[in-house]
Amino acid sequence: MQISLGPLAYCWPKAEVEAFYQQVANSEIPLVYLGETVCSRRREIKFADYMAIGKMLSATGKQVVLSSLALIDEPSIINELKKLVDNGEFMIEANDMGVVALAKQAKLPFICGPTINNYNLATLNKLHSWGMQRFVMPIELSQDWLQQIISDPKKADFEVEVFARGYMPLAHSARCFTAKQLKLTKDNCDTACINYPKGILTQTLEQQELLRINGIQTQSAKYIDLSQHYLQMQQMGIDYFRVSPFSSACVNYANSLVDFNQTNIETNNLSCNGYWLNQAGMQQINS
Amino acid sequence: MELLCPAGNIASLKVALNAGADAIYLGLKDDTNARSFAGLNFSPKKLQQAVEYTKHAGKKIYLTLNTFARPSEEHRWYQAIDMAADLGVDALIVADISLLDYAHSRYPWLDLHLSVQASASNLAALTLYQQEFDIKRAVLPRVLTIKQINTLAKVSPVDLEVFAFGSLCIMAEGRCHLSSYVTGQSPNTGGSCSPAKFVRWQEQGNRRLTRLNDVLLDQSSLDEQMGYPVVCKGRYLNEFNQVGQHALEAPTSLNTLSLLPQLAQAGIVSLKIEGRQRSPAYVEQVTKIWRQAIDTYLENPTLYQVKEQWNQGLAKVSEGQVTTLGAYERDWQ
Repeated sequence: MQISLGPLAYCWPKAEVEAFYQQVANSEIPLVYLGETVCSRRREIKFADYMAIGKMLSATGKQVVLSSLALIDEPSIINELKKLVDNGEFMIEANDMGVVALAKQAKLPFICGPTINNYNLATLNKLHSWGMQRFVMPIELSQDWLQQIISDPKKADFEVEVFARGYMPLAHSARCFTAKQLKLTKDNCDTACINYPKGILTQTLEQQELLRINGIQTQSAKYIDLSQHYLQMQQMGIDYFRVSPFSSACVNYANSLVDFNQTNIETNNLSCNGYWLNQAGMQQINS
Repeated sequence: MELLCPAGNIASLKVALNAGADAIYLGLKDDTNARSFAGLNFSPKKLQQAVEYTKHAGKKIYLTLNTFARPSEEHRWYQAIDMAADLGVDALIVADISLLDYAHSRYPWLDLHLSVQASASNLAALTLYQQEFDIKRAVLPRVLTIKQINTLAKVSPVDLEVFAFGSLCIMAEGRCHLSSYVTGQSPNTGGSCSPAKFVRWQEQGNRRLTRLNDVLLDQSSLDEQMGYPVVCKGRYLNEFNQVGQHALEAPTSLNTLSLLPQLAQAGIVSLKIEGRQRSPAYVEQVTKIWRQAIDTYLENPTLYQVKEQWNQGLAKVSEGQVTTLGAYERDWQ
C-alpha cells in the first residue's frame, strides 16, 4: 500500500498553496491529487497554475492527478471541466458523473473520487469498462463492505484507494454555508472562505464538535484516522491510503507514513474511524 | 405536465388517485428504497394490488429502487427489478449504475427514470445515462436554480422531473452522509435518512431537546412547531453565533406553486410531490391543491395566479409550517 495526498479542499491564498506544494515536492509521497473540488467561484488558483504545480510535482517523479468539482450546477462549468479533462498531461479524478462522461467521451482514463456512488462491484466493473483506473471508496462504506468487493473473483483490474485521514466531505449543496454564516449572498461572497483555512467549526448546543462548514461543502468536525488499521488495509490489498490535507503538518504526516511504523498510529478524541468499523462515522473505536 | 404523488401504503395510493394524481410512486417494504421506515411501503402482494388499482384507474405507477445494491446481496435488488417487470409497473426509478444496467439489458421495454439519488445535475451526466441505459426521464437534484433548469431543459436528451412540494433536502441528493456520520444509517445503503429509532425527544423544564443518536440537534420551547429532526436542519453554535441558530437550514418545506408557469414553460414533464412517509391525509390535501393549480394553469396560462387558499392549505401540512423555493431561487443559495 502506498500513500496519496488528496486535493486541498479549502480556499487558501495562492502563495500558501504554492508553498504547500513545494513542501509536497520535497516529500516522498508518490501520488498527489490537486485541483478545486468544492466551488467554481474560487479563483485564487487557476487552471494554468494547477498545471504548473502539476508539472513541478511530476518532475520530482510523483504521479499527479487533477481533481475536479464534486457538484456541477452552472451549465458553463462543463466547458471548464472539458479543458481540465483535455489537459493532455495528467489523469483526472472525476467527482461528478458529468466528468466521468467527459472522460469516457474523450476515451481518456480517469479515477473516480469519493463522491461518485460506487457501492458495488457490478457498478465498478462498468466504470472500469468506461476507463476507470482506480476508485476512492465512498467515505461512508466499511472494511467489510470493501472486503467483499476486493475479494470477488469477478473484480476487474482497477486500483482501490481509501480516504483514510482528514476531514470528511459529508455533503455538498447549492447553498454556500460560509456565505450564509457571514450573511453574504453566494453571488457576492467575495470568496470569504479564504479566511477559514480549515472551514468553520460548528458545534451542537452542548459544544459537541459536529461539522465544519467549507463553502458549499459540509465536512466532519472530527478527522477520520485509519492509521490503526494500516496493516489490515495493506493485507486487504488496498493500493492507496489517502491523506486529505488540512495543514502543512499533514504533508509531514503523510510523508512519515511512507515508511509506516507503529509510531504513526495516533488516536485522540479529535479523530474518528466509525465508518471503517461499520458504525456511525463520527465514532472513535480503539482496538 | 404530470402530477406525481407519493404512496407509503394502499390508503395513500387510493386518496392520491382520487384527488387527481396522474401517476404514483412507491417502494417495497425493504431497503431497496430510501424511505425504509417501519410500517411503510409495499409487500410484493400489496404492490400487485397497487399496480392493478392504478392501471384500472388509467393512471401510471412507478417503483422506486433508489438505494445502492449491497455486495453479496445484489440479488435482492435484481429480484425487485424482475418482479416490477413481471407486474407491469410503468417505470423504475433507479440511481445505481449496476441496477440501471441490469434493468436495461433484461427489460429494455421497461422505462427507466434516473432517480434524484443519482444526483445528475448536468447535460454531460444526463447524456451518459441516456446513451448507456436509455433512461427516459431524470429527476433533477435540488441544486439548480429555475434559470439553470430552463437552460438544461432546452438541451436535455431525456424528459425532466422536478420536486414541486414537500420536505426540502438541501444537499445534493444521494451524496449526503450527514445521517450516516451521526447514526451509521444512510439513505444510500440502509434506506433512510435520520431513522426514527435514533430520534429522542427530552423535556427539560420548558425546553424540548431533540437528539439523534444522542447528538443534540435542537432545543426549542415546548410549543414550537418542529419538523422531523435531520442533521441539516439543526441549531448549532459557531464563531458567528453563540446562541444557536440554524447554521445550514431551518425546518422548512419546498413549495413551488409560484414557479408552476416557469416549470411548465421550461418543458418539465412531471412535478413530484415528496412524502411517501407522510399520512394519507397529507397526500390527499397536497394532491388536491396541486391538481387545482395545474388545471388552473392549463386552462389559461396567462391568467395563472397562486391562490391564497392553496398556500394556506399546503402550509397546514408543511414541515415547520414555513415554505421556501429552496435552490430554485438564487437568493436561497
